[in-house]
Amino acid sequence: MPSPRYWREIPARYRLEASKCSACGHVTYPPRRVCPECRKDAPQRTTLSRRGTVVTSTVIHVAPSDFAMQAPYAMAVVETPERVRLMVQVADCDPATVKPGMEVSLEFRRIRAEGHGGILCYGYKGVPAG
Amino acid sequence: MTGIVGYGAYVPRLRIKVEEIARQWGKDPGAIRNGLMLREKSVPGLDEDTITIAVAAARDAVERAGIDPAAIGAVYIGSESHPYAVKPSGTAVIEALGIGPNVHVADFEFACKAGTEAMFVALGLVESGRVEYALGIGADTSQGAPNDALEFSASAGGAAFIFGKREVLVEVLGVCSYTTDTPDFWRREGEFYPRHAGRFTGEPAYFKHVTAATRALFEQTGLGPADFRYAIFHMPNGKFPQQVGKALGFSAQQLETGWIVPTMGNTYSGSSPTGLAAVLDEAHPGDRILITSFGSGAGSDSFALRATELLPRRRGRARTVRAMLDGSRRYLTYGEYAKHREKIILNGQS
Amino acid sequence: MRKVAIVAAGMTRFGELWESSLRDLFAEAGLAALRQAGADHVDSIYVGNMSAGRFVGQEHLGPLMADALGLAGVPATRVESACASGGAALRAAYFEVACGASDLVLAAGVEKMNDGADVTDVLATAADQELEAYHGVTFPGLYAMIARAHMEAHGTTEEDLAWVAVKNHRHGALNPRAQFQREVGLEQVLASSMVAEPLRLLHCSPVSDGAAAVLLCPLDHARRFTEAPVHILGSGMATAPMALADRADPSRLDAVHRSAAAAYGAAGIGPGDVQVAEIHDCFTIAEICCIEALGLVETGQGGRAARTGVTAHGGRIPVNTSGGLKSKGHPVGATGIAQAIEIFEQLRGEAGRRQVEGARIGLTQNMGGSGASSVVHIFGRV
Repeated sequence: MPSPRYWREIPARYRLEASKCSACGHVTYPPRRVCPECRKDAPQRTTLSRRGTVVTSTVIHVAPSDFAMQAPYAMAVVETPERVRLMVQVADCDPATVKPGMEVSLEFRRIRAEGHGGILCYGYKGVPAG
Repeated sequence: MTGIVGYGAYVPRLRIKVEEIARQWGKDPGAIRNGLMLREKSVPGLDEDTITIAVAAARDAVERAGIDPAAIGAVYIGSESHPYAVKPSGTAVIEALGIGPNVHVADFEFACKAGTEAMFVALGLVESGRVEYALGIGADTSQGAPNDALEFSASAGGAAFIFGKREVLVEVLGVCSYTTDTPDFWRREGEFYPRHAGRFTGEPAYFKHVTAATRALFEQTGLGPADFRYAIFHMPNGKFPQQVGKALGFSAQQLETGWIVPTMGNTYSGSSPTGLAAVLDEAHPGDRILITSFGSGAGSDSFALRATELLPRRRGRARTVRAMLDGSRRYLTYGEYAKHREKIILNGQS
Repeated sequence: MRKVAIVAAGMTRFGELWESSLRDLFAEAGLAALRQAGADHVDSIYVGNMSAGRFVGQEHLGPLMADALGLAGVPATRVESACASGGAALRAAYFEVACGASDLVLAAGVEKMNDGADVTDVLATAADQELEAYHGVTFPGLYAMIARAHMEAHGTTEEDLAWVAVKNHRHGALNPRAQFQREVGLEQVLASSMVAEPLRLLHCSPVSDGAAAVLLCPLDHARRFTEAPVHILGSGMATAPMALADRADPSRLDAVHRSAAAAYGAAGIGPGDVQVAEIHDCFTIAEICCIEALGLVETGQGGRAARTGVTAHGGRIPVNTSGGLKSKGHPVGATGIAQAIEIFEQLRGEAGRRQVEGARIGLTQNMGGSGASSVVHIFGRV
């Protein structure tokens, strides 16, 4: 993971900073210039709520090398109250219990470590709420 | 009057029982449990570390303080398990919380008292008027060597305290530090596990420093054990804090609430700070609280505190230590524990 | 635009081809196509390839492949659209001939996946790096979520998914170039190891080496090269949001819908006219979603198609008579071209035991990533 690429994503990854189109109100995450709904180039900064609902999910058994030790783990598309969807791991539960409709809170966790000497990468994971 | 304006704590969800570790090494679980007065301890998830624990605890502290995180002028984190050897934990925490960039950040290290150190410095900076709010955190994912006594107790968790002068939840009545060079427990650069000097870690290290710092605080404040409703001491195991508390004149009842080690284990820099958070979850306005930490090497920080009217009104805004300790949790086997604590040598490791 | 035909084809076997390097594979397929046409020269070359850079450390495939065919000097460029690279290369070649700029173009695809790269990591580059791969989702994981969404919405079952694998292996067993030339049983599929729930090992196309090439020329010139050219009736392509999370309905492959509509429009036909199809079954669920998106079955009915024989050889609309990606293999960049070759052979009556009798109109659909790109071509017997 090259440092500049990681560093640029910190506002989005660490604080869930998103962009809200000032023309049509559509929220996109991570922030982008051109609104995918109305195509205007008029983004404003906003932040997502740290909670959402599972839309669909799976349990990864064959994992990429950096995630091998965590397998099996649940991944889910989670929708926040801002109608934004994120792809996150769902942690702190039996992966088999992750189903559409599950309410999760978004918690700050270590997403991956680049081998033994590379940088540590942080972000959000879903954790079952309540 | 400077004091704590917000506090928070975090305990990971995973646990391992003392029996399970004892079984692994062919030791008598009953003897361990009774000898250490310890039943189980918390284990960090594969995705948790000092930074993630600090963020979780600090978020709750900000909630309870009700302040804009951008108003925090200094962030200090004390730990024995900072994720990087070089690169501060504090910088990730400020970005996650939306603090800064006009903020002073430093990581602290002093074995198990790095957390109270962070608090000590945060307090001083606010008292001096240099910053309006300062955050001091103690968090750890402590390591204990396999088949060593410390393996039964070394656990994970932490607590965060925001110091300020307005809308104080807990006043600081006095603070003392007592430090000597005492090689009771250490870890050399590049070593994976710490080492300790066995029974030498008791009387000449833990008991001497905790007692000296606490007595100095009594003298400074003119208070005695009877003046406090609660006392929290560093908890390397269940027994030491009970012994030192009694020797200093505290009753079992005064020690009870902050004595979270039997189910949490020893979270090193997070130990007494998390015990303090557990007390703040319950304390009534006017209650005086004593907290004395201990860090090997060695030293102790001792604080005398008093809860204000505001504390009961704010503490409901975030989770309590007992709720996390007694709530939803999962027990690991020793094998899972070894994997989580990276005690298994993987391909590619030298 | 001029009418365009495919006049020759060549491909390697697909499989774990240890003896063949990236350029060996390409040379074998390219030379076979040139020889079949009796051509000793081309006007230009398009090479479909997803990730030679990460698989074998080699980029700049255009000139390298031209050189490998002894054609250094010819305009050549690599086309990339993840797993739709082959289809995208075919489309580029098609337009270059159609617009009159070239009279003989080689559209090829190649991938060398077995030289030791971490395939899971490389394939994940087809997904969104910042939003998806960063968090630990894999390529099979994305399709697994699509599967679950489809199961939730339409009652598709794990058995429905398994039937696609069974059907395609039955077809592939008749294909001498397929990676797996053996049938698999339903129980076998359902018992194979879990990759990303609900997708098991036998729901997933394999890791393969291989290359495929076709020659395109104006239909008017076709008889110079072959007695039985196949007319490309239309080409359609579309994209969709890259990240699965950015799509309104995870069970619906919008890029496939759109590319199909564009291709049908260009060809002046509808789904009911298609008699044989090669469809992108990178995972069993993909075939189910794609046949719905192509209008070959009703939305929600995709799950039953393989199970009830609708898409089997001999059924209403045979899909993946080659064995599909599942049984034939999926050397990523080569797949789109290999699909075209199967239809080419079907429409020329050269498909042997896989032949769909009297097939006149065929379709290929080639898809990239988790459905972020899709290329559809429609072919007609001349």
